[in-house]
Amino acid sequence: MPVSPSDTRGTVHDLAVIGAGPAGLAAAVTAAELGLTVALLDAAPRPGGQFYRQPAPGLGAARPRALHHSWGAFTRRAARLAAQRAAGRVHHLAEHHVWAVTRATADPEHWTVHAVTGPDGAHGPAPELTARHVLLATGAYERQLPFPGWTLPGVVGAAGAQAMLKAGLVLPGRRIVVAGSGPLLLAVAGSLAAAGARVPVVAEAGDYGAYARSPRALAAQPRKLVEAAGHAATLARHGVRLRSRSAVTAVHGTDRVEAVTLTRLDHDWRPLPGTGVRIPCDALAVGHGLVPQLEPATGLGCATRRTPDGGHALVVDGRQRTTVGGIWAAGETCGVAGAELAFIEGELAARSIAGRGPVGALRRRRDRLRRFALAMAAVHAPRPGWSDWLRTDTEVCRCEEVTAGRIQDAVTGLGARDGRTVKLLTRAGMGWCQGRMCGTAVTHLAGDPAPAPTRRPLACPIVLDHLADG
Amino acid sequence: MSRRRRRTPAALVRARPEPAFEISLDGRPLPALPGQSLAAALWAAGVLSWRRTRGSGRPRGAFCGIGSCYDCLATVNGTPNQRACLIPARPGDAVTTQEGHGHAGLAV
Ligand SMILES: Cc1cc2nc3c(=O)[nH]c(=O)nc-3n(C[C@H](O)[C@H](O)[C@H](O)COP(=O)(O)OP(=O)(O)OC[C@H]3O[C@@H](n4cnc5c(N)ncnc54)[C@H](O)[C@@H]3O)c2cc1C
Ligand code: FES
Repeated sequence: MPVSPSDTRGTVHDLAVIGAGPAGLAAAVTAAELGLTVALLDAAPRPGGQFYRQPAPGLGAARPRALHHSWGAFTRRAARLAAQRAAGRVHHLAEHHVWAVTRATADPEHWTVHAVTGPDGAHGPAPELTARHVLLATGAYERQLPFPGWTLPGVVGAAGAQAMLKAGLVLPGRRIVVAGSGPLLLAVAGSLAAAGARVPVVAEAGDYGAYARSPRALAAQPRKLVEAAGHAATLARHGVRLRSRSAVTAVHGTDRVEAVTLTRLDHDWRPLPGTGVRIPCDALAVGHGLVPQLEPATGLGCATRRTPDGGHALVVDGRQRTTVGGIWAAGETCGVAGAELAFIEGELAARSIAGRGPVGALRRRRDRLRRFALAMAAVHAPRPGWSDWLRTDTEVCRCEEVTAGRIQDAVTGLGARDGRTVKLLTRAGMGWCQGRMCGTAVTHLAGDPAPAPTRRPLACPIVLDHLADG
Repeated sequence: MSRRRRRTPAALVRARPEPAFEISLDGRPLPALPGQSLAAALWAAGVLSWRRTRGSGRPRGAFCGIGSCYDCLATVNGTPNQRACLIPARPGDAVTTQEGHGHAGLAV
């Protein structure tokens, strides 16, 4: 008999999947079809994750696919999810924000998943859920680097602008400059333009010319080339210019964006003097690639590795097992590489957990796409000269309003040598976002050569009363 | 308006939304569509900020769009510190510009 979504007390699920993006969705449907009982938890109201974010039903979008490529890859799995839910094999727990995973007290071989409910987690704790295996498919969030004016209203994350457009059918302005680094910028610029924004320029700090110098990894991925060509065609159709080795180094305006300064960069991303041009616009969509969302993995003690772009990702083996028995990971938690790989890893993890092959072909596709992602990450990885964009009064930590000057004082005056010490001395990274927005910048400014991944005891801020109840 | 149909997000996906309802920002009425987050409804009305920072009192609004930056914190119907990018707009919601923010009652 189908079980209602809230009726999970007392049952031990074979698998709890955290995150219903491409990775978690693929894992949940595959595992259920192989006979496992699955709980699928996600903070969002609908499955799809960051890539397949859809307009709310009330918006009546007849053609949501216009905002996505590979829409069918999602709808096919969404249909399988609906079938498995109806059969009672998947409990989809939407609007569940997981704040921790712990060993179950009754049986140390089992795991307890702790979550709070509601659109922003304020509706109180969910009943505790127990599972034999946990798959972490929590995806990624956008990496940001500070620059003068980046806290002005109208400056928004590039991925964030994409998310707001996909979910709410809105734009932050009419004339939007897109800047930062990474291939996601092309997708964002394409969508913004298709939705009616004028995008005068996409400024990429990295060097697109570098792709021509690593043709092997590229040639192995014809599908990715087609995707890139698609973005290029969209941009050309809308008259969007792409400028490589350029960055927005200042935003102008008093209470909102009025213009930005676009500057040419040298190889190390230092601004080339005298190359700044002022571009009028009413919004800036900015971001520097993505950072794997490692909570609640790090709280569980799962090992991480450094990625070529200076971040951290979970270590997994050929079957998507983390270094903690019973805890598995798939998708961007294992390194940022896009939705196609996330689907593959989710399926691979589910087959491994169910002990049902074959997995050889999946693993080979996985490894090819991972290699491609590594080559791409190297091209777009932030170079150290970005900190020359800062002025002493530039806010680095948005939450606690800590300026570059104060961080500099902590480093040169007080001898801080790593992000953690800077944080204790200045409060940078201690605010609501727990350093998600400023973490990359703070560790760089502290001169930390091998920063450890941030350990956040809770995956999301929660009301203290809920912690006491949980 | 030009002769060509204007490109808009709604036109792109051929949206035919259910009827709009009213919310307010600091007493000013604004339209919202069913299913839109408060942040989306505010953006649609051209509003980009609904909070002032605790230290220097600077305006802020949505930044990351996905619930991880907490820049979009709003006071909604008297309750402060709600992430406007995650909360769906409901008829009659009264958003007031939030002055500063605190950690009272929260574990981060
Ligand atoms: C804002 C944003 C926009 C993006 N837009 C595009 C795009 O337009 N094109 C493109 O090619 N790529 C885009 N990406 C890249 C995208 O991350 C990948 O392509 C793909 O979605 C990765 O799949 P995934 O399953 O690994 O993770 P995700 O799709 O990120 O899914 C992770 C899911 O886990 C959930 N989650 C995370 N933490 C918790 C928790 N503690 N409790 C409960 N649920 C949790 C999230 O709500 C999310 O639904 C975007 C990324 C971001 C961050
Ligand atoms: S915009 Fe970042 S949390 Fe809402």
